[in-house]
Amino acid sequence: MEIIKPFSQYLAAMLLAPLLPGIINRVKAFFGGRRGQPALQLYFDLYKLSRKTPVYSRTATWVFRAGPVTGVCALVTALLVLPFAGRPSFLAFEGDFIFLLYLLGLARFATVLAALDTGSAFEGMGASREVQFAVFAEPAFFIGLAALARVGGQTSLSGMFGALTPETWRVAAPVLALLTAAFFIVLLAENSRVPADDPNTHLELTMIHEVMVLDHSGPDLAYILYGAALKLWLFAALIASMVLPRRTGSWAGDSALFLLAVLGVAVAVGVVESVLARLRLTKVPYLLITAFAFSALALIFQVGR
Amino acid sequence: MNTFAELIIVVVILLDMALAVTGSLSGCIRLVAVQGVVAGLLPLLAGGGAAHGARALVFPVAIVTLKGVVFPWLLLRARDRSGARKDVEPLISYPASILLCLGAFIASSWLGSRLPLPETNVAWIVPASLATIFTGFLLITTRTKAITQVLGYLVIENGIYIFGLALFVEQPMLVELAILLDVFVAVFVMGIAIFHISREFDHIDTAELSELSDWRRGEYGK
Amino acid sequence: MPFCLRGRPGAPARAGTYAAVAASLAGLSAALPVLLSGEPVSVSFPWSVPLGSFSLVLDPLAALFLVPLFLLTGLGAVYGAGYLKAYEGRKDPALPWAAFNLLTAAMLLVFTAVNAVLFLLGWELMAAASFLLVLFEHEKEQARKAGFIYLAAGGAGALLLMAMFALLGAGAPSMDFASFTPPAGGAASAAFLLALAGFGLKAGFIPLHVWLPEAHPAAPSHVSAVMSGVMIKTGVYGLIRVLAFLRPWPEWWGWLLLGLGLVSCLGGALFALAQHELKRVLAYSSIENVGIILLALGLGVVAAACGADRLASLAFAGALLHVFNHALFKGLLFMGAGAVLHAAGTGELEALGGLSKRMPASAALFLAGSAAACALPPLNGFAGEFLVYIGAFRALNAPGPVAIAGAAAGLALATAGALAAAAFARAYGVAFLGEPRTERAAGAHAPGGLMAGPMWILAVLCLGSGLLAPLLLGPLAFAVGAGFGPYYGFLWGLEAMTPFLYVSAGGFALLGIIAMAAAKRRAFLGGREPAVAGTWDCGYAAPSARMQYGASSFAQPLTDFFQPLLRKIGRYPVISEYFPAKASFSSEAQAVFYNSVYMPAAARLRDLAFRFSWLQHGRLQIYILYIVVTLIGLLLWKL
Repeated sequence: MEIIKPFSQYLAAMLLAPLLPGIINRVKAFFGGRRGQPALQLYFDLYKLSRKTPVYSRTATWVFRAGPVTGVCALVTALLVLPFAGRPSFLAFEGDFIFLLYLLGLARFATVLAALDTGSAFEGMGASREVQFAVFAEPAFFIGLAALARVGGQTSLSGMFGALTPETWRVAAPVLALLTAAFFIVLLAENSRVPADDPNTHLELTMIHEVMVLDHSGPDLAYILYGAALKLWLFAALIASMVLPRRTGSWAGDSALFLLAVLGVAVAVGVVESVLARLRLTKVPYLLITAFAFSALALIFQVGR
Repeated sequence: MNTFAELIIVVVILLDMALAVTGSLSGCIRLVAVQGVVAGLLPLLAGGGAAHGARALVFPVAIVTLKGVVFPWLLLRARDRSGARKDVEPLISYPASILLCLGAFIASSWLGSRLPLPETNVAWIVPASLATIFTGFLLITTRTKAITQVLGYLVIENGIYIFGLALFVEQPMLVELAILLDVFVAVFVMGIAIFHISREFDHIDTAELSELSDWRRGEYGK
Repeated sequence: MPFCLRGRPGAPARAGTYAAVAASLAGLSAALPVLLSGEPVSVSFPWSVPLGSFSLVLDPLAALFLVPLFLLTGLGAVYGAGYLKAYEGRKDPALPWAAFNLLTAAMLLVFTAVNAVLFLLGWELMAAASFLLVLFEHEKEQARKAGFIYLAAGGAGALLLMAMFALLGAGAPSMDFASFTPPAGGAASAAFLLALAGFGLKAGFIPLHVWLPEAHPAAPSHVSAVMSGVMIKTGVYGLIRVLAFLRPWPEWWGWLLLGLGLVSCLGGALFALAQHELKRVLAYSSIENVGIILLALGLGVVAAACGADRLASLAFAGALLHVFNHALFKGLLFMGAGAVLHAAGTGELEALGGLSKRMPASAALFLAGSAAACALPPLNGFAGEFLVYIGAFRALNAPGPVAIAGAAAGLALATAGALAAAAFARAYGVAFLGEPRTERAAGAHAPGGLMAGPMWILAVLCLGSGLLAPLLLGPLAFAVGAGFGPYYGFLWGLEAMTPFLYVSAGGFALLGIIAMAAAKRRAFLGGREPAVAGTWDCGYAAPSARMQYGASSFAQPLTDFFQPLLRKIGRYPVISEYFPAKASFSSEAQAVFYNSVYMPAAARLRDLAFRFSWLQHGRLQIYILYIVVTLIGLLLWKL
């Protein structure tokens, strides 16, 4: 019986992840007074792209072909440690969030190298901005996870999120509120959402993530879009588990609430994207340092408790 | 109730950090006003939600009115009359300010654990108050406008007020009245002074004000 | 031996190589059993030097350091045989080979000596041999300057070590380590500080690092691999031995080590991002990794001083595992850089590009090394840092100041990891990917089998150490026990095994998933051939290789943010006419510590010394007068 629950959780995450960008786009369309794309659009796009023949540049080497594959696989492996509704997935061990953090780093490394492989100025520019944001986002994310570890006295992701109950919110509300804010800012930065990056911009000089994948096509682009959806799911799942800790005892009830919370996070991202304007590039590190300050405050509060 | 008071303390600290990084002068003034109001409401909650007599209510109401309404109005008026630019003109960058504020909080927590103080039922009052005092000093030393000096002084006063709450179970009225009068006079006088200074010298930039003496480098006799 | 064969062409190189490989194999066969079984081995010879005794002990800690030594020197010798072929006819190979073998022998002495005199002898031999190798290209002024700074640092370090040994051995019958008595209180702290400074000048953490970015790039690449992989670890080894001797540890020692480690790891990664020469990037990365090792050591000492001994042993194990892993991937990286130098003639990042097409195997191996250096799973860099992270997180959940140490260590590791990932993505991307920026890079050729073979072996070892990390934990426990006391060795043994098994499982899962995804992609393509065209680049019609993002432009967002620390100097063109024909811009990150700390201090010292220059006037009579005066003074003093 131990294999069915994690397996179905894993399958649910893999299948439902492409829904999130669709929901964000629908919310943005609603704010814009439009009808917008169907929420299932990404599924159709992935299907269409997988049937196309890619075009490769003469400058590119095997690194260009390996980049999308490595990126999406790192994220799929990260799903192996991600808790679902506070319950562990296949792998749960002490320090597994370090594994998660470095898998995300691997995905970023692969994407950056694939971008530099094209020998184009635009992609190099996107890669350079991407690594800059990572330098500021990683400490914020890491210290947030450290604070969360200290809240429950746990050192594995499923332990940390499994130990959260509505009682925790009553006792340690400021810590969790600060952490939610910090993780949300990191989500916006890592998934290239406004105010860190505008996913709908058409000007290459203003793009960050978009421009890194400019030359990919066909199944490679499908992998990249799917990987981006998985990354969004990853961060949304963490925030959802924190905001709505498990309250019912049953697996089905918790999972349903969790899925609703994840969709709720997507809606929140959509609202933020519609309401805020994109920040100047030089100010995005300041935003991430603010997230770091929130996480650090949460950690100090928790250590002093 | 305790958690609620703790939440208020967290809000105070967040306001400190926001003050350290705000770029606009009116934003700064409003943040200081909010912080004053929040600090003024604190005694009502830290008392444990017990029944408050009319006497105990007069005081917080007075403080809230003074810090939330009167001071911001005076300062905004001084800013408009002096025609100062909307920008705060900080001397250190955003990351440096926020990290200094965070460092001040860490230092205050450490200091708070070292100082021999009576036990309070709200955990973070002492570090929050010390951090607020440090933020006030940060505002005074790293901003160039005269209005921000006043704001820094107000923030320090907020910090001292919260610190006082940590030490006294009930508020001794005389001490509070004295502090309040002090602050009121300071702001009033500073408001007028700024207005006159700017009228005389056309600006309130302290960097240029520091060269007020007769001696001017290379411009002797002018 | 190679020196004697100097006369015959070709022979010295072959003799040197064979001797090195044979010695390495012999050494490995001695060191590995000690590491795997945990039993120390000792051997002793009579020696007539006063206070000295030629006794060597090979305990598991020394074995842990010796295994990478022999691996790197053996593989480096094979690599060097190929690398130095390019210098045939221009340079006499006898001296470099002799110095290389002497270096290996000296390091062996350092790791196994149990007598202070023997230790210092080995230390000085090591410094002398590596100095000869740093001056390999002595016709270049950069190399001469590097050699001088290196000699100065080495000499200062040796002086401090002599003072430390004098302090430790005062009152002892002989200078054997076994006969030293641990000093107490202030003397212990003085000894610790002397050891930290003396060994630090060899290990190369900030602020004692100024010689590293000059010396390591100047030496030939196989020597750089050995220097970065093993020689700086002799400093770490010495520090560990002194720490083990000076138990119990006051807490401030741990905080000092933690602080130094923090500064080194963040500073090293940041400076690596700002360099524009490939080997300098790798040198600063070595500084960063030494910082990580110090960080782990500091965490362990703080934990031990606060009574959390289990935590301390975890942290020490993390430090030692990182020593091992770093040697492997840094050796690989320097060999790759050597291949680049060999092929393109320059290590300047802005002159390279597109080397992956011209030397595909070396590029792939350098990529493996870079991924390991960035601690990406499933390679070995991740395994080492993972152990340190586990220590940091257990510390975080413990009460007391240990939690602060744990939080600081974890934060430093995470930030340095992000910075290092940026630095290596930049170095690899600009050098190997894209289009060649100059003719030299376009004309590069793949290195021969002699150079590629060792790189393959090291890359396989990196992957193996990463995936099979649980197997390393047993020998690691022995090493921790030998290094810090048997109490620490026992404490954590199998406990840390579980997370490592999961990490290995995760690593295998990652590789499996990649294989599946690659197969799926091929299935998607369904036998269709992908089309080939120029880089789309959003429809830009005439891209040129110079338009690519280069090394300094890639790092610019980060280096601009950290400008107060990096102090970049930019030379901007003065454009005055309306249609300027040509302009040039250059920016260079300074060697901040060298220019702002050491040079002014050296200048002040030199001015002070000039005050006494009246003593050196050159007159023979007055020099003899000095001797007579001293003699009379000594006679008066003794009577």
